[in-house]
Order: sequence, then structure tokens, then C-alpha cells
Amino acid sequence: MADKKTLTFALMDPPYENARTTTALRLIDAAVRRGYNVNVFAYEGAVYIPFAKQTQHPNAVHGRDAAQEDHPNPKDWVGALMAEANRRGAKVDWVQCGLCVDERGAGEWIEGPRRGSPADFWKFVEESDNTLVIPTK
Amino acid sequence: MGKYLLIESRDPFDSHDVASFYDLATGLAKAGNEVTLFLVQNGVLAARQSARSAALQQLAQAGVQVLADDFSLRERGITSNRLADGVKPSPLDIVIDQLAEGRKALWH
Amino acid sequence: MAKKALSIIESAYRATLEEQDDTIVWLTHAMKGAGANVDVLLRGSAVNYAVKGQDASGLQFGERKQTQPPRIDEDVAKLVPKGVKVFIVEEDLAERGVQRSEIVAGVEPISRGKLAQLFGHYDHVWHW
Repeated sequence: MADKKTLTFALMDPPYENARTTTALRLIDAAVRRGYNVNVFAYEGAVYIPFAKQTQHPNAVHGRDAAQEDHPNPKDWVGALMAEANRRGAKVDWVQCGLCVDERGAGEWIEGPRRGSPADFWKFVEESDNTLVIPTK
Repeated sequence: MGKYLLIESRDPFDSHDVASFYDLATGLAKAGNEVTLFLVQNGVLAARQSARSAALQQLAQAGVQVLADDFSLRERGITSNRLADGVKPSPLDIVIDQLAEGRKALWH
Repeated sequence: MAKKALSIIESAYRATLEEQDDTIVWLTHAMKGAGANVDVLLRGSAVNYAVKGQDASGLQFGERKQTQPPRIDEDVAKLVPKGVKVFIVEEDLAERGVQRSEIVAGVEPISRGKLAQLFGHYDHVWHW
């Protein structure tokens, strides 16, 4: 197995608005599959990615009910990534920028992420092997 | 000298500042750095052979390793035989490899 | 040795009225307060952030007024005495017709041709 690294990602985009959220999750997945530890600093709209109140819906345009549509919400992806990291003896440490959470009313999220601040982001930077910032447009 | 990973996610047909990012890649390579330009999302639209793909060929000629995310290419129906010269398809994992290697990484 | 980061700010006026700040200029202040070793490069349209005399006041919806509009030029200027170097791409200023006399004090113009050299001084170069 590759040497265990720790990578940090800073995210800014809320889900469902552009492709960056999915690419970010793909990158985190690739790192987790290598057994790396991953830190995530969710800034601005990204605090909605693990929002607990996301729900699935049917798709009448395609004639599918909710079960058939089987549409994972981003929070499900985050939960799955954290579980996969645990299975591989690694960790995803997901920090939600607290003020960003407050101003958006995004205070309910799935089990796993924790509230934090820019100080946490800098701590991640100092303690990890590398940091990638994925900015919003 | 240093090693850099530049990730271009924006569509050059849509976004004027993609050219500046390509110029940054060229400048870093000419300064003696090892540079990868990784195209992802709509950034791969530049990789299909077209009137605009010359810019990527010039980057490759300047010594920049130009890669395009294979999933983003497939998602947009761009097959390998339609890629501009100098552009190679690549799994996204290479971004993780280069981050782990310690490259300075910029996402545009 | 402590890491050193250069934050490139290129997008400008992105939700600044809603946020009452530029989110990355704000983040830089916050990180600096937490002990970060971080500098800023303004490029593209974000070079306008250094223009003196910006006035975003007066936003009002119904009876609800915004009392703390963003003051981005002041926020940029305030980074300098905190020890944050603020570089600004001179070609981007010129393309936008901004004179050097119009920008806040303490910001350091740099040519595009010097960016590769500048990046070499940092452990991280982030594009926000």
C-alpha cells in the first residue's frame, strides 16, 4: 500500500449548482481508496453538501418513482466516503465553517462532520502533505 | 525548480480567463518548472481537435504535460481519436498522485 | 518550518453585497489572525479590489437597510499592516484602465512575467 498521506481540500460550492462538487467527491474518493487521510474544509455554500434534510424525489419526466429514481443525495455520498475511509483504517475529517453555516441556516448535517473555523483550515494546511483549494466561480 | 499541477475546469469557449491560466502554465514551464495541466469538467472541451485546440498543442510543445480526465471526456462523448495532439486521457487519480507528490496545485 | 501560502484572488464582487465582505479577503484576515503565513495576489478583475473609493452603501429592500456594506478597498489595505503582502498584476490594472494613483497604499504591483518567480517562494499557491 502507498505511504499514508494526508490531503486537505477546501470546497466552496453548494451541491447541485455546478460540476465542482462531484469532482471534489471523486477526488476525495480516490484519496480514500488509497487509504489516505482526508481533511475537508467546507467554506461558504459547501456547508450544504452534508446537509441532513436532503431527501430523494421521484422523477415524473422519466416516469420513475423515488425508489426507481434511486437518486443519492450529496449527504449520502459524504456518509459513504466517511464509512469507506473507516473501513480502510483512514479518516475523513470534515469541518464546516461555522459562520458560513450560521448565515445559511445549514446547521443540521449528517453524523461525521464537525463545526469549525478558518483556524481549522490553517491547522489542516500545516499538518497535511498537501492542500487543494477548489474555488467557486 | 518546482513542480506544479494546474487543474483547468472551465470551458475556454465560455470563459475568457482560461487563456490566462494556460499562459501561467507556459510561464511556469519556461521558468524551468515541471508542469502538468489537468483538464477536467468542461475544461476538456478544449481537448477535442478544433480551431481552439492549438493552444493546448502549444502548451505540450512548451513542455507542459497536458492531461484530460477520462471520465469528463467520456461524459462529453470525446473519444481518444478526437483528441488534439499533445493531450492524453488520464484517470483523475493522477491528481491525487501529484498532490501526494507535493506539487503546488492550483484549480481554475 | 511553518508553511507559506499565496492566495490568488481573481473572481471579483462574487456575492460581496450578500456577504458584506469579499469571502477570500475576509478568510485571509481570519487565517492571519490564526497565525497563518499567507500573502495575496490580486489578478484579473479582482485587481479592482484595490481601487480607492469604492462605495457599496445604500442597499435596501422594503424597510430593511444594509448598514454594513462591504468596504473591500479598506479590507485590502488593512491586510498590509498585518504583515500580509498584497501583490497586484500590473498588466491587469492597465487593461482595465486603472492608474497606479487610484489604488490603495501598500499594494505591490508585479508583472505577469514575474509570477513564476513569485510562486517559487511559497509552499502553496491557491487559486480562490
